Amino acid sequence: MGTLIEEIFSRRAGKQVQASEILLLDVDYIMSHDNTTPLAIKAFRDIGKPILDKNKIVIHFDHAYPAPNVLAAENHKKIIEFVKEQELPHLLHQGVCHQVMIEEGYITPGSIVIGADSHSNTYGAMGAFGTGLGSTEIGVAWITGKCWFKVPETIRVELSGQAQAGVYAKDVMIHIAGLLGMDGGTYRSIEFSGEYINNLPMHERIIFPNMSTEIGAKCGLIAADEVTINYLENETPATGPFEALYPINPRYERVLEIDVSTLTPQVACHPDVDNVKPLTEVEGLDVHEVYIGTCTNARYEDLEIVANMLKGKKVNPLVRVIVTPASDRIYKKALKNGLIEILMDAGCTVTGSGCGACIGRHGGILAPGERALTTMNRNFIGRMGSPLSEIYLASPATAAATALTGKITDPREFLETIF
Amino acid sequence: MGKAWTFGENMNTDEIIPGRYNITIDPLELAKNVFCEVKPEYAKTMQPGDVIVGGQNFGCGSSREHAPIAIKGSQAKCIIAPSFARIFFRNAINIGLPILECPEAVADITEGDDIDVNLSTGEIFNRTNGHQYQAQALPDFVLKIADAGGIVNFLKTHDIQDLLA
Ligand code: SF4
Repeated sequence: MGTLIEEIFSRRAGKQVQASEILLLDVDYIMSHDNTTPLAIKAFRDIGKPILDKNKIVIHFDHAYPAPNVLAAENHKKIIEFVKEQELPHLLHQGVCHQVMIEEGYITPGSIVIGADSHSNTYGAMGAFGTGLGSTEIGVAWITGKCWFKVPETIRVELSGQAQAGVYAKDVMIHIAGLLGMDGGTYRSIEFSGEYINNLPMHERIIFPNMSTEIGAKCGLIAADEVTINYLENETPATGPFEALYPINPRYERVLEIDVSTLTPQVACHPDVDNVKPLTEVEGLDVHEVYIGTCTNARYEDLEIVANMLKGKKVNPLVRVIVTPASDRIYKKALKNGLIEILMDAGCTVTGSGCGACIGRHGGILAPGERALTTMNRNFIGRMGSPLSEIYLASPATAAATALTGKITDPREFLETIF
Repeated sequence: MGKAWTFGENMNTDEIIPGRYNITIDPLELAKNVFCEVKPEYAKTMQPGDVIVGGQNFGCGSSREHAPIAIKGSQAKCIIAPSFARIFFRNAINIGLPILECPEAVADITEGDDIDVNLSTGEIFNRTNGHQYQAQALPDFVLKIADAGGIVNFLKTHDIQDLLA
């Protein structure tokens, strides 16, 4: 009985739990990456106790990989030595951690996965509890296999209607971020639901829990259904049976109802994710870089939208257009189906998979005074490089339209190429 | 006793310490660049025992502990804010950086005020204007972690189950 998060936690606790209770729960996987693992190793060594279950530990190289400088290289070296020493079975370097966690089948409905990365909320797309923690708690969980949680209150976001052509899940989520604000979900679970969500394929669903982080949420959840089970069975090595949990007689702190059918393309403008405007208000603003990548919007279908729009055309030669597939698996599929060739012929720079330019370490750093339009989830000042640069967040279709003109451009001008 | 350093709302982890400096986990190294873009004079002139007075949703953004570590490395006594971002709150407790939620204090304190904080009671005294504020008490298990000086120290001598015992 309860909200989706209460159901997930109740099942794990073996008793009925309610919002505001504090629980110590077993976790299924403990995720960290090249940026956060060194500190987890330090906490682990300082405590000085053994790892409980090596199989639960999953480490990714994605944030600054391949190493862009000596310090990053030292981090990688330190992690590899630790993995060797502890004989850890899961060290992956095949794309952004969250995408790889999902596509490699680590995330199943009802599972509890913690990650030393704020966007670990992403796992909620599979009906799982995923949340971001600091490295120290990750080191602690390696030893204990457990983590403390306060059961959060829930805000339910009910999305109805059908989006217009040229309007994507990203536009809808940016709109929600604008409505709820940067701290509108703090300490809360956000349940995304309604007919619009039910009809969405997995690659678009992922955006909502992923960006629940941007509004401060502890987790963003979508109840598992047939779409989830089909995805797990057909696209991942995960083996069932999968138990889909859903809210039962829930009590919500707040319900937000949104009809998406009137929504137009949205942009989260410099410098805050809740500085949201309809694209038409910022149309024509010059950009210096278009970055299509990250755990939010660099899946195969996103690259397909961009390739369809750029096919046989050239991007503005004064703009750096960088495409970083979220994972090697996506990259290979895009390569096999000719998308990479289309993108390169149009003048895009396609990089290896990973976080790429997202955190300003490599692969597309911004100079002072520059402006980027990107498919990322976060536009903090200085995130992609100079603190004097600006980041605008939008959908892959808006990114493609903008790449062609060099100015923020409405993708609906290219509707005939949008599928 | 320490000087108050005030910061605005939604202070994010990149503003506390920009990502490009997070190539080290040495607290003293990180402290050199803490708040380097929003308040460069902090790292240069602050004195150990000074107090950070933040706005709503302090520490939002990334899960990286570099942000609270950088502040702890600067030897600030504590952070007072009306509310903290979720992961920052956990991280600060886990590394043993005291944090107090107190909207009244934040509304009343101005930069440079001389502030006295009693961490165990949550009492905050402003010597400059003579006002006293009471921060919200922290839950028991949080105090256990804070008293041990962080979760790492707690676990050296305890079992994780002892947290909620
Ligand atoms: S792609 Fe960006 S937001 Fe996603 S995990 Fe990597 S750095 Fe974080």
